[in-house]
Formats: sequence, structure tokens, C-alpha cells
Amino acid sequence: MLDDRDRIFTNLYGLEDWRLKAARRRGDWDGTGDIIAKGRDWIIQQVKDSGLRGRGGAGFPTGLKWSFMPKESDGRPHYLVINADESEPGTCKDRDIMRHDPHKLIEGSLLAGFAIAAHAGYIYIRGEFHAEAQHLQAAIDEAYGAGLIGKNACGSGWDFELYLHRGAGAYICGEETGLLESLEGKKGMPRLKPPFPATAGLYGCPTTVNNVETLAMAPAILRRGADWFAGLGRPDNTGTKIFCISGHVNHPCNVEEEMGIPLKRLIEKHAGGVRGGWNNLLAVIPGGASVPLIPKSICDTVLMDFDSLAEVKSGLGTAAVIVMDGSTDIIKAVARLSKFFMHESCGQCTPCREGTGWMWRVMERLAAGESEIEEIDMLQEVTTQVEGHCICALGDAAAWPVQGLIRHFRPEMERRILERRKSAEAQAA
Amino acid sequence: MVKMAIDGREVEVEPGVTVLQACQSLGIEIPHFCYHERLSIAGNCRMCLVEMEKSPKPIASCAMQVADGMVIHTNSEMAVKARRGVMEFLLINHPLDCPICDQGGECDLQDQAMVFGAGRSRYVEHKRAVKDKDMGPLVKTFMTRCIHCTRCIRFATEIAGVEELGAVGRGEDMEVTTYLEQSLRSELSGNVIDLCPVGALTSKPYAFIARPWELSKTESIDVMDAVGSNIRIDTRGSEVMRILPLLNEDINEEWISDKTRFACDGLRCQRLDRPYARRDGRLEPATWAAAFAAVAGRVKGLDGARIAAIAGDLADAEAMVALKDLMAGLGSPNIDCRQDGAKLDATVRAGYLFNTTIAGIEAADACLLIGTNPRWEAPLINARLRKRWLMGGFEVGVIGPKVDLTYRYEYLGAGPETLAEVAGGAHAFAKVLEKAERPMLILGQGALARPDGGAVLGAARRLAEAFGMVRPSGNGASRWNGFNVLHTAAARVGGLDLGLVPDEGGRDVAGILDGAAAGEIEVVYLLGADEIDMDRLGQAFVIYQGHHGDAGAHRADVILPGAAFTEKDATYVNTEGRVQRARLAAFPPGEAREDWKILRALSEALGAKLPYDNLGEVRARLAEVNPGLAAVDRTESAPWGEFGTDGETDPAPFVPPIDNFYMTDSISRSSETMAKCAEAFLGPRREKADG
Repeated sequence: MLDDRDRIFTNLYGLEDWRLKAARRRGDWDGTGDIIAKGRDWIIQQVKDSGLRGRGGAGFPTGLKWSFMPKESDGRPHYLVINADESEPGTCKDRDIMRHDPHKLIEGSLLAGFAIAAHAGYIYIRGEFHAEAQHLQAAIDEAYGAGLIGKNACGSGWDFELYLHRGAGAYICGEETGLLESLEGKKGMPRLKPPFPATAGLYGCPTTVNNVETLAMAPAILRRGADWFAGLGRPDNTGTKIFCISGHVNHPCNVEEEMGIPLKRLIEKHAGGVRGGWNNLLAVIPGGASVPLIPKSICDTVLMDFDSLAEVKSGLGTAAVIVMDGSTDIIKAVARLSKFFMHESCGQCTPCREGTGWMWRVMERLAAGESEIEEIDMLQEVTTQVEGHCICALGDAAAWPVQGLIRHFRPEMERRILERRKSAEAQAA
Repeated sequence: MVKMAIDGREVEVEPGVTVLQACQSLGIEIPHFCYHERLSIAGNCRMCLVEMEKSPKPIASCAMQVADGMVIHTNSEMAVKARRGVMEFLLINHPLDCPICDQGGECDLQDQAMVFGAGRSRYVEHKRAVKDKDMGPLVKTFMTRCIHCTRCIRFATEIAGVEELGAVGRGEDMEVTTYLEQSLRSELSGNVIDLCPVGALTSKPYAFIARPWELSKTESIDVMDAVGSNIRIDTRGSEVMRILPLLNEDINEEWISDKTRFACDGLRCQRLDRPYARRDGRLEPATWAAAFAAVAGRVKGLDGARIAAIAGDLADAEAMVALKDLMAGLGSPNIDCRQDGAKLDATVRAGYLFNTTIAGIEAADACLLIGTNPRWEAPLINARLRKRWLMGGFEVGVIGPKVDLTYRYEYLGAGPETLAEVAGGAHAFAKVLEKAERPMLILGQGALARPDGGAVLGAARRLAEAFGMVRPSGNGASRWNGFNVLHTAAARVGGLDLGLVPDEGGRDVAGILDGAAAGEIEVVYLLGADEIDMDRLGQAFVIYQGHHGDAGAHRADVILPGAAFTEKDATYVNTEGRVQRARLAAFPPGEAREDWKILRALSEALGAKLPYDNLGEVRARLAEVNPGLAAVDRTESAPWGEFGTDGETDPAPFVPPIDNFYMTDSISRSSETMAKCAEAFLGPRREKADG
């Protein structure tokens, strides 16, 4: 269990004030100028050594991402874009960071901005986060007022402007290139890659897009050292992580924990256990709506980090742990997720546009048992026709929950079809 | 060169090309819908997915650039599975209504479904239905068929320069629509019909008219403007069913204007299909012999100075050389092909050509438009100007009408005074021209078809010389001619090349009309000339040879029915001076005949027999008059010389020659579709003009 000493998000629950004074008391903005003075390469190396992986879902090594930015500007400005469009169902970690600890994000933005030679940062915040945007804007104003950002930020000689942009409520705008399009004022439709944002991102300029939690962790890593961060968790899955536990647990909560904590311990220790006891557990979606669910048998032992969950064909995603107990209609639950992805598909590319709707319709029938057993196989094939064939990962995200369901709950699906058939026959007779 | 492997073949390809282009260059066909070589890459249909080694997922070959060491498989299990999957997705919500779809038989989706699709559908849910959109009188929509490739959106935004098409809604509710569901306001809108890979956007005038396999296809030349777009004429029997663009990189690329495409229904209406002669003030049907006799009765024995001829805007070179020879035979010096009265000088060819050439626009770096609205006078030249403008580093200045040209320009002024200011270096735009390495100017008919046109022409020549627009010597990059005259009539350059202008002592159009009004000209021969003021022909005996019952035919005393451009093998010279051949796609209606044949037959009746009996001999005569007319399908740089006059210019602003893009000649004026367009797109304006 994570020692209080090692906690990064010390005001995750908003027990203290979020404003600058209180944030400083908690250690934010302490010696930021000195960190910058150590230079760009030192910062990137520290982040690389810490093993920090992106907390937005894909888990891409952050230091590596920063190092992709051109070392020398070719005349185009560099941009830092902060992805605060947190929309993954079950996830509410960035929200609490921005609500209760916005200065961590602002300080992290400055450090990242300096590391990638960006003089401007854009925070793209989810439109529905009204109060969070207010807090964040107030905190940005405070930071400007205290000379922490803006011209000669923290006395470092580096100019860094930070802008807050509110989205208009589309899940797809959380995809990094969709976000860039939206930020540019266009429809939020993901771009073809390559070119990657580090080559041509916002307005065609080199851009790094980072998640809120990732950036908010950076100051602590740079202050306390890469070794400290790397000493937490497991190799390649280092540090701490905010887990968002929801669903059929006694005390749904956000909690910062060490990476690699066993799922069972996480739920029992922090969320008061599964409703009706561990044996009442049916399945868990361990990383937000877009990762495949895992049944209780796997939940018993699995560790909560990127690689462990990938081994069981799921993923850490945003670490939004959605717990479902025995009362759950698991097929109906996944059908609802399919509906979500259909609704949020941008419509640009064929497999996702057509496939998400198809999957949802079949899922709805399967939930009611109104289908043939062969259709489960067909559905499985449709998911593979979507997966990996699209411009962005939304198609994959739509396919995986269904694949997870078929992988682990096929007997339940078949049982429902046969039961329905039997009752129909009984009625006919 | 980039070394890579495609389907086991080691190949070297140009750097910068995409995988799809590399495959195409090897003759490997990659199915695709959204990709189009002239549009930006969208990569959204996902049909072109291929396997790339070291990539866990198949890649969109239309968007992926080639790289050294790349290994591509276009027919591996992964590629085939991806392709089949995408095809299935495209078809689940696409109606299987091919039998009632106009795209049937020339549908990309139909063709590719035959090759890559499964035999039957596994989709049992309800299919999507989408409300159709009203896109005006030209483009018919059936939006349920749309596969969201966004080609039409990209065409409108990028090529046509009108940001009126877009997609609304998200996911499977995404719909392609015009802004606020209004008509698509562009002269190039018809091209979205060709671009649409399915039957979502089809031709409204052609709806449910014919099937592609019933049509005979003839490659020919368009005459609706002086661009000389290459077209394919699709006919069934003697009727022209539709006109489509043909690829010609130097002229129209693969687009045509809406007038070119849709005015063909005008070929069916108001046609002159038999000779007429006026008897007791009324035009009555006559035989060819009677019509010729009527002409002979007036012309024979008449002094040549009292006879005149005007060639119209659609006349082909063969007919014009026959007319010229006939007038010479009758001893008449009064002949003109400039029915708008443009003060063009036929002696210096470079003085009436679009010397830069259309493709050459892409090499220019500054442009001055004088008295022209290229968007209406030559939509494809305007598209080329826009294409150049999009590349960047191309400043455009306009003297003349202030109109939306689809690209940004600096408005300098309205008339000759501004032209003088720029030429004198006083105007700020002079700096732009000075700095430019390859500056060009485009002189429109609006600047020339006015009494001081000769002086404007002279001023434009001197401006071109002063700013180094004309560099005839030198080789390669330093050689440049940026002096351009933009014609509006398909016949004009041919007429000037053949010297259909009055010699010393002859009368030009204005002189002919004055002479006719004064009774000094007794016989006027109109070769398809409809755009002159017929009221000024006075008591003259008018012979009208042409294909439509337009202004000229109404005034005529004898009508000799000729052939439209789709009905004859004929030579046209476009504004660049490019000689092109139109081909017979359908026979002329009724008793109508090819035009040079009519003149040849008439010459015999008039006792001035022309010395050619077949097309080969007429064309030999063309080459004799102007050897350049034998050089088909190419442009040759014309030698520079002195042209235009020095006189005073009138400060009156330049007036564009076209005030209704959709109706500029006898064919488009007879077209119902063009009438609908004029009403839909120019409605309120026209009401005012018709007063």
C-alpha cells in the first residue's frame, strides 16, 4: 500500500484549499525555476528514467514522447497541448486534479512546455467540466499574477503562456488528433497518422499532447528524483496512479495507489469491497469503458498495471475500475457500452461508422436472447473487422468490450438465446 | 529513389509518392473510394488497406508515403480480410437499388463489390435511410446511398473554392449536405457527380434517361467557352444524352464547367432542321435548291463591296475558311469574326493568344486581371488560377469588375485609368509585378470590346513589356510570356488565325452594321452570328447559317440549317492557340448539313465554286491559309510584335462581357437546364435585368 510520503496528489479529496497559497504549502511551485535551470535534456532524461507512462490510457512513455519533439525549431513554434477532455466512462481522475489541485497541472505544464521548447500551452478541457474550468482558470490567473507562468516564468527566463479552451462535449475530442482539430476550430475528427503531432500537430507545428494526470505528476518526479518514482510499482510500470473505482462496491472512490497493486486489494482496501462480498463479484472492467472486461477468476489475482492487464487481454486504460457484481446483466451492460461508442463515433471512417452501429444492434438482440447462436461468432468477426482498421482507436475501443464479453461470457450468451427460444416454443405450444 | 518491395517484387519508386501510387505504377490495382489524385487525402474509406511488414495493423495505402525498406503485401490474408470487411461495412447501409440507380453500370461501389464483396449480406438489422438534399437544378441527391467518402466536400472546398458542402452529424448519423441545404453555387458543381463513387450525387437533367451501356461515346471538344475543354459526348441514336469531361492535363484536367456539361439539352430544342426562305414577310420551309436560288437571286451580280459576312462564336475553322474563300470569290472585303467588336489585332498572333498557356499559370507568381471575370468567362482557367493561388506566393490584382473569384485578390480599380497607374509604376501593385519573376496579365474581352479597345490593348502590351512579362528569347526558365488574352468565344482564335478580319477598305462588324443600316450593305451573311444587334441590319438581305433558331434566324431572309459542334468533324482553336478537333457524335437533324458543305454547295449556286470537295481538302486549305492549323493538340509560342494603338482611353469602367453565365450562346440559350440554373442562381438579378 502506498505510503503517505509517496503520495503525489495530496489534495485529491479537496480537504484543503485548491488556491495558490495552499498549493504552495503542499509543496507545489517549490524551486520550479531551479528545475528549469537544469536544462531541457536533464528534465527529459529524468522523466525517461522515472519510467512514467502516459496516464491518458495508452501508456506511452512520456519522456520518449517529449524527446520526439525537434531539438531545434525550424521556425515553426512548438506547442504543448494538455488533454483535459476526460470522457472515458468511469473515469474522473483529471476532474479531481483540476478541481482540487490545479496548480500541479499548471506547474507540470510549464515544465513540460520548457522541456519541449514550447512557449504556449493549450488546455483543452471537457465542456461539461464547468466548475473545474473555473478553478483552473482562476489558478492560471493566480500563477500569472505570481509570475509563475507568462513572461520569464518563475524567473527562469523562459516565456510560457497557458490558455484554457473548453470543449463542446464530444468523446472523440479526447483522441489527441481529434482534439487538435477541435482546438483549431474544426470538427473533431481524428487525423491520419503519420504525421504524428510531434512532426505536425496543432496548426501544423510540432506538438506534444499529454494527459492531465501525466503532467501533474511531472513536478513531483523532477523534484524528488526519477529513482524515487521508478522505485514504486514494478519495472516498466512505475510510480503511482489514481484509480477510479465505481460500480458495485461499498465505497466508490478515487484513490492514488502504487502501480501494480492487486485488483482485489485495491477494491477491498479502498472501496470497501464488492457489494455482498468478493464472491459476489461477476466481472470488472479495469480501465474504463474501452478495455475488455475480466471475470472474477482473473480479478482474484491480477495486478493493476499496464503489462499485467495486457497479459490477461485487457488493459489499464485510464484505471477506471468498474465493478460489476452478480446482479449485473453483463450482456446488457456491454450493449450499453456499444451504444455509447456508436453515439460517439465521429463518422469519418467506414469500419467505425458502420461497425459500431451494427455491433450495438446485435448486442441489443443478444441481451434479449433474440438471436441465433451463430450470430455470436458473426459478432466476434465483425469486431475484428473494425479493430485495427480505423484512423483512430475508437473503433478498437468499441470492439474490445464486445470481444471481452464473448471471451468470458459466451456460455451466458448462449444460455440466454436457448432460454428465449424455449419460452417462445412453450408459448407457441 | 526509394527501394521497397511490393508483393514480393523489389522496386524503386519516386520518393514522396504514396504506397497506393507506387502500387498503381506497377499495375497493381488497389481498390479505393475516398482517394482521388486531385483532392487532398482523407484516408477515411479504409478500402485501400494493405499489409505493411512490421506494422501490426494494415495501413491505408493512399495516405502512407513510401519509405526505404518498406515491404508491402496487397494480397496477403490481412489485406484481403481488411478489404472484405470494409466492403461489407460499406454495403450494410447502402441500399441494394442498383436497378433503379443512375450510377448503375458505372458505379465504383458496384464494381468493387463484385470483386471484393461477399455474395450475401450478414446484416439483418434495419438499414439507414437519409433524407435527400436539394442541391439545385443540376445535382440530384439520393443521400441514403452516400458512403461518406467526402470527395464532393473536398472538391467544393479545394477545387471549386466554395465552402458550401460539408458533413453534419456524427457517427452513422453523419450526413453530407450543403450549407443550410441551399443549392451548390459553383460553375463547377457538376463535377461532384463524376467524383461521387456511388449514386448519391447524380445528374438531375440526366435522371432516369439512359444507361451507360446504351450510349455511344465520342471524344470531342467543348465550345461553350474558349477554353476548349476535352469532353466525351454520350449519344443514343441521334440524341446527345450527356457530356462528360475527358482528361487533359494541359487544359481542363478532369473537370468541366456546368455549362459545358449541362447545356447539351439545348441541342434538342429550337433546332433548324430544314432550310427556310422568307416569302411575303414570313419565313417558310424551303428546299435546299429553293433557298440557294433565293440567295443567288440577291447576290449574283451584286458588287462585292455591298456584301458582308460575320462569323459567330461557335463557328468552326472549316466553315470559316469556306466563308472567307466564298467572300473573296464574291469580291467582298467585308468580313469579320469579332462580333462583339473586340479590337483584336489579327496580324500579331501573340497579341490575341493566352500565351502563358493554361498549364503555364502554375508557373506564374503574380497575375493582373484586366476587365475580366474568369470565373464566368472561363471557369476552368479560374480553377487553375485558384490552384496556383492555393500553392502560395501568387498575388492577384484586379482591374475591372469586383466579383468573387474564389481566391483572394487585391482590387485595384475599375477602368483604364487604374491600368495606366499600374503601368506607370505609380500604383502599389506595380511593385508586386516588378518583384515577380514570372508575372502574367489576363486581358478580358470586357477591356477590348469597347471603342477604345485598341488603346487598352496597346496599353496592356506596353505594361507587359515594361514589367518583363515577355521574354521571348532565352531558354528554359527564363523564357516566359505572361501576356494573355482571355477569349469567351470558341471560334475567335480560329477566326483570327484564318484572318477573318476586314482587309484595307473592308468593314468590320461595326462598319457592316452601319453600312446595313445606311443601305450601303445589301447582303449580310451570318455564320452562326447571333450576338449582334439585329435591329441595325436595316433593309439588308440576311442569310443565316446556323443550328439554332436564335436572334439571327429570326431576322434572316434565308436560313441554311447547319450542324452544332456535336454533329461535325471540325477544328477549333482555343484561347491558348491550341488546335483541337471536335468529332461527329450524332448526325445533324433533318436536312441540316455540316457547315463547310453548305458553303461549298452555295458557292456553286453563286457561280463562285470553292475548290474543295471533302474534309481532307478543306483541311489542306486550312493549312494553306495558316500552317499552324495543321498542328493539332499542341501550343506553339507565338512571336512577339507590336499591336494595339496609342490613342486615348475612356475612363469608363470595364464591363464584363458575360452577365449571365448560364446563357451565352444559341445552344445554352435553348437549354431548359441552363434556364433553370439562371433562375436558381441568378434569380433576383435577372429579374432586374429583364426589367
